[in-house]
Amino acid sequence: MKKLILGNEGIARGAYEAGVKVATAYPGTPSTEILESASKYDEIYAEWSPNEKVAMEVAIGASFAGARAMVAMKHVGLNVAADPLFTVSYTGVNAGLVIVAADDPGMHSSQNEQDSRCYARASQIPMLEPADSQEAIDFVKFAYELSEKYDTPILIRMTTRVSHSQSVAVLGRRDDIPLREYKKLPEKNVMMPAMAKKRQEAIKTRMKDIAEAASDMWINRIEMNDPSIGIITSGITYQYAREALPNASILKLGIINPLPRKLIESFAAKVDRLYVIEELQPVIEEQVKSWGISVIGKEVFPSQGELSANIIAEKVLGEAPKAGLPQRIPARPPVMCPGCPHRGVFYVIRKLGLHATGDIGCYTLGALPPLQAMDTCVCMGASIGMAHGMEKARGRDFGRKLVAVIGDSTFIHSGITGLIDVVYNQGNSTVVILDNSTTGMTGHQDHPGTGHTLKGNEVPPLDLVKLAEAVGIKHISVVDPFDLARVENVLREEVQRDEPSVIIMQRPCALLDRSPKAPVEIDQDLCRKCNVCLRLGCPAIQKKQDAVIIDQSLCNGCGLCISVCRFNAIGRTGEQDER
Amino acid sequence: MSAKNILIAGVGGQGTLLASRVLGKLFLSLGYDVKISEVHGMAQRGGSVVTHVKYGDKVYSPLVEPGGADILLAFEKMEAVRWIHFLKDDGMAIVNTQEIDPMPVILGTEQYPGDLDELLNELCSNPVTIDALSIAADLGNVRVVNTVLMGALARHLDIDVTKWEDAIKATVPPKTIDINLRAFYSGYNDCQE
Repeated sequence: MKKLILGNEGIARGAYEAGVKVATAYPGTPSTEILESASKYDEIYAEWSPNEKVAMEVAIGASFAGARAMVAMKHVGLNVAADPLFTVSYTGVNAGLVIVAADDPGMHSSQNEQDSRCYARASQIPMLEPADSQEAIDFVKFAYELSEKYDTPILIRMTTRVSHSQSVAVLGRRDDIPLREYKKLPEKNVMMPAMAKKRQEAIKTRMKDIAEAASDMWINRIEMNDPSIGIITSGITYQYAREALPNASILKLGIINPLPRKLIESFAAKVDRLYVIEELQPVIEEQVKSWGISVIGKEVFPSQGELSANIIAEKVLGEAPKAGLPQRIPARPPVMCPGCPHRGVFYVIRKLGLHATGDIGCYTLGALPPLQAMDTCVCMGASIGMAHGMEKARGRDFGRKLVAVIGDSTFIHSGITGLIDVVYNQGNSTVVILDNSTTGMTGHQDHPGTGHTLKGNEVPPLDLVKLAEAVGIKHISVVDPFDLARVENVLREEVQRDEPSVIIMQRPCALLDRSPKAPVEIDQDLCRKCNVCLRLGCPAIQKKQDAVIIDQSLCNGCGLCISVCRFNAIGRTGEQDER
Repeated sequence: MSAKNILIAGVGGQGTLLASRVLGKLFLSLGYDVKISEVHGMAQRGGSVVTHVKYGDKVYSPLVEPGGADILLAFEKMEAVRWIHFLKDDGMAIVNTQEIDPMPVILGTEQYPGDLDELLNELCSNPVTIDALSIAADLGNVRVVNTVLMGALARHLDIDVTKWEDAIKATVPPKTIDINLRAFYSGYNDCQE
């Protein structure tokens, strides 16, 4: 059956058709839909793990136990999972194991740009790179064959434009792959120096064998046209190159680690001018150059951001297709939704003049105007350790003006160990957990605190209060973030306290809370135009000429603006007379 | 047929993703190769969003390039101008006249441009405008702005409307088929030149 599917759905479909039994992930753009899609197949056990490291360990366990397994993550998730990654390269697999890493060139929804191909080289794990949804299916199935044939995990590199593009794919049937026998094999599966040294031999042999076989793999192909220009490329850049250079000869690589050297050498011999076109790092280019082949690469193509058909046409043909210039108009940055429970917390943090170490999620938007209430954002969970480090560096007085702000899913992902550090090493940090009972930014995935699993089962939710108690926090408050007076009082009190504390701001994400609330409006006679309500940064509150108005179609009725108005000028629509 | 390129621009939350899914089903049902590139994640939170839709005998890149769009379907007026340089010289802009203030305008640090109509006329030949928000409001559901705009687009693509109907029925939630079809035809009939 032909269907239009996302690249990420293709990865899940490939796993299904390859007989995968266990699939794991932590959500992260642009990888999230892989597990969302895999979970819809009854034959696949699928889970949101608390973080990518755990997700990878679960998948490794499943593979060792004899079931084909998949783990998926975004590029920065691979950093979290890098520890098991480097050693599962040593152990190899029992049943096939595929690790999907989705890179985000151009940083559409990420804090940095990373090239996961560097991980493939560093960990000595073979890597395949599909260029559309059909290849996502086919390459995943092939990856399981390779994984079992060569006793190795296989990495698949996705990028945003492959993950989040729909293209036509033919869906096939599932292969029923029986469980492989489980054997206790300490020399293979217990990595300590004596065993690991022997496994290095296995890695060497396997990478050599795969490198030799790579040149004959069907996942690479040469499209021979005009030999005056030759292109070596893979993944989405193949699509850009094919569109920009319809007459060029192209070697499209399906396997990008190890590289198919013989194939590349024979292609290089057939063309006059050879380019390597790849997004981000010169991973292919540097290897090809090291073989004494002359290629043009990063001296003309940027190594930051995305490439495009126009960039390729300009660099190779010397001219880009004609296009006008962008107009100068106001930017439209993303904003917290109307009714977002995070908004009031940041409003108060700003009002109190506190510094806030921040974290990763929708609430990172609290760093933008007008709230501008976040000082830092580095990686998942960093807010807590960084607040602790700031206080150790600058002293207690600075600590009294500092909070760490972290979401519930992010706290479970990697904030817990930071909190343990604060208690253990006698810090005084005030940790604010913005608990909206979901993983918001990636599109509302469950996590251990929500009480539901990816497969839809009900489970006892992780109790953040008891967890904080167990860690050794003595001062724990649970606060409704719509109650701004209480938010302010608790924050004032806890930052002064010479002990660590946790404040859980608890209210569901505005997009999940469907309870109807009447919208609010501004009585223009009472409004003194002080603009305090505008400081909330709510998209429904707008300045029109001289007046401040509330867009009734956007207002979700949360009432924060009612609490911040000192002139009693804001009230529920239809309740004018009662004011 | 060589690939035709449609760029759908709007504000996160306006339903551009649903619109692109209708188009995907439509073009697939006509036997074309189709690619659609979407934006997920942070930009969806009220930011400027764009969806690329390409169809033809064979589509390679899923992205429409600057200067490469046959049609720009803009869900918001300022977004039309933001993406207008993606149009080909002879490309067509179909523009919803709805104005949504971005945060810098809401805060009063910048002005919502007053000369957008002139700019649109200057930057593309014969932009087609439609007040999809009012049409949707008259139908009693402002959330069907996206289907009203589908109707406007249908007027300018030479494709049998029953095929559009099928694609809409296959995409929207079953309970909303009726209102969506009415919205589609309102947009279709409003958009006469």
